[in-house]
Amino acid sequence: MTTKRLTGHIVLGVVLLVCTLSIVVKGLLVTVGALLTLFIFSFLYKDNPYYKFAEHLFVGVSAAYWMCMGFWGTMVPNLFGKLYPPMVGSVIPALKDNPPEPFMVIPLFLGVLLLLRLSSKAGWISRWALAFIVGTTAGLNLVRYLRSDFIAQISSTMIPLYASGAAGFNLGETISNSVIFLGVMSGLIYFFFSKEHKGVFGTGARTGIIVLMVTFGASFGYTVMARISLLVGRMQFLFDDWLGLIR
Amino acid sequence: MSNGQTTSRYTIERLQSIDRRIIFVFIAAAVIIPLLLGASLKEETTPIVRALFDYVDHLPEGSRVLLSFDYGPTTAPEIQPMVDAVLRQCIERKCKLYMMAVWATGHNLVGQTIEEILKSEYPQLQYGQDYVNLGYKAGSQGLIRLLVVDFKRMYSTDAAGTAIDSIPMMQNIGNLKNFDLIFSFGGGFPGIKEWILYAGDPGHIPIGGGCTAVSAPLLYPYYPSQLVGLMGGAKGAAEYENALIQAYPKFSNMPMAGMSLMMSQTVSHIVIMFFVVLGNVLYFIGRNRNASTKPGGEK
Repeated sequence: MTTKRLTGHIVLGVVLLVCTLSIVVKGLLVTVGALLTLFIFSFLYKDNPYYKFAEHLFVGVSAAYWMCMGFWGTMVPNLFGKLYPPMVGSVIPALKDNPPEPFMVIPLFLGVLLLLRLSSKAGWISRWALAFIVGTTAGLNLVRYLRSDFIAQISSTMIPLYASGAAGFNLGETISNSVIFLGVMSGLIYFFFSKEHKGVFGTGARTGIIVLMVTFGASFGYTVMARISLLVGRMQFLFDDWLGLIR
Repeated sequence: MSNGQTTSRYTIERLQSIDRRIIFVFIAAAVIIPLLLGASLKEETTPIVRALFDYVDHLPEGSRVLLSFDYGPTTAPEIQPMVDAVLRQCIERKCKLYMMAVWATGHNLVGQTIEEILKSEYPQLQYGQDYVNLGYKAGSQGLIRLLVVDFKRMYSTDAAGTAIDSIPMMQNIGNLKNFDLIFSFGGGFPGIKEWILYAGDPGHIPIGGGCTAVSAPLLYPYYPSQLVGLMGGAKGAAEYENALIQAYPKFSNMPMAGMSLMMSQTVSHIVIMFFVVLGNVLYFIGRNRNASTKPGGEK
């Protein structure tokens, strides 16, 4: 027996022993969770079948979970329960005496049209339902983004460069407001390409680049913090929930 | 070229091509060691988090607070400490808690939060009188838009299938405008931004948020005109917990999840910064050496 195979057997034996002990002490679900976490972490060393298994399991379970939640949480009470309430009486008794709403046939019809996408011959009909979804979403978003993301954000940028309150001149707020004003203006100048970036305009554009770089840096820093938080969360699960080593 | 110079060049080249798995080991150690030592770090509360805390703290008794769980288990380590802290404060303020989710994964987290916080720490609270679990509904921003007009059109039952009109605390709820504050916890789509765009702005409803660190820079511009306040990532959670402990000393002996994240965060950030600086120093040393050994570049 080669040394490599012997090492493999020893590792497998240790893993099986730890798993058996874990199932007895912590229960099956925590053990399965811990093993799947370790399978995913194994990708940090190199790609392997354990990682692939955990990844595919995650994708499959997630898809099934969202589908089941959508069906039982929305379609059953909000579609079938309104179209013909006695139909869901055995699942949600609270709805069985509600009056039926015949207009719910329209969303049902559109839903069936969407499913026709699965047919090679009648697939084109699904575009009608899709067009309805795209049109409605575009209409909703256009109005709301224009008001809240465009007009309201411009309004929020219209701030006094000389800030004063009841206590008189406020230096901190004045600096803060000036930074916001200069950041927004220089950022806009950088993305204005109808005039050559030279002279005062060029200085503004270069300031805009610096502002953008600082923004990207802050975003990257926040991203690092987010990823570390997730790592800490998994480590807490492994060392506390599973192994019970954290005081 | 002397032996010393050759060794130095060899060391620099080795360091420049260091195996990424060695860095992973350093990061893992930076995260695990503070956790095993049980170290936590107190964070001073910044104005954006303080504004949110103070807003909740000034809500009158019996105020209706809607909490939307717009996250999943993948981001729970960051978000859950915020939810726990806000729930504790709302209960201390004797607010009515309405919990829902626009993410399917949030549905189970509502149940888990009710078990771990409400039932274990506040067993005197009554379901239907003090808090309610409305569960998940599909529809994203369309759902939020509809809730501004007619809440019970979408929520005809709670998460357990109880008729919504038979729940006492739902009696006077017609639409989202009946809530004194809406909290969205999340960071993806749909999330805080959709709550601002489709509920807060058109309905003039105060919106507060707790989000993942990744999405925090995109949401800060909404403060203070469109957001009451915002907790960004684990740091935001730790800041809120600090404010909570200062205002309610009874929580000072309780382990705070956000604060316990921060020591590992700080140590791992130092390690990352060290490697970033080291990588840059080695790059410039290597570049200078290459320039000096090029033909015509000999000193």
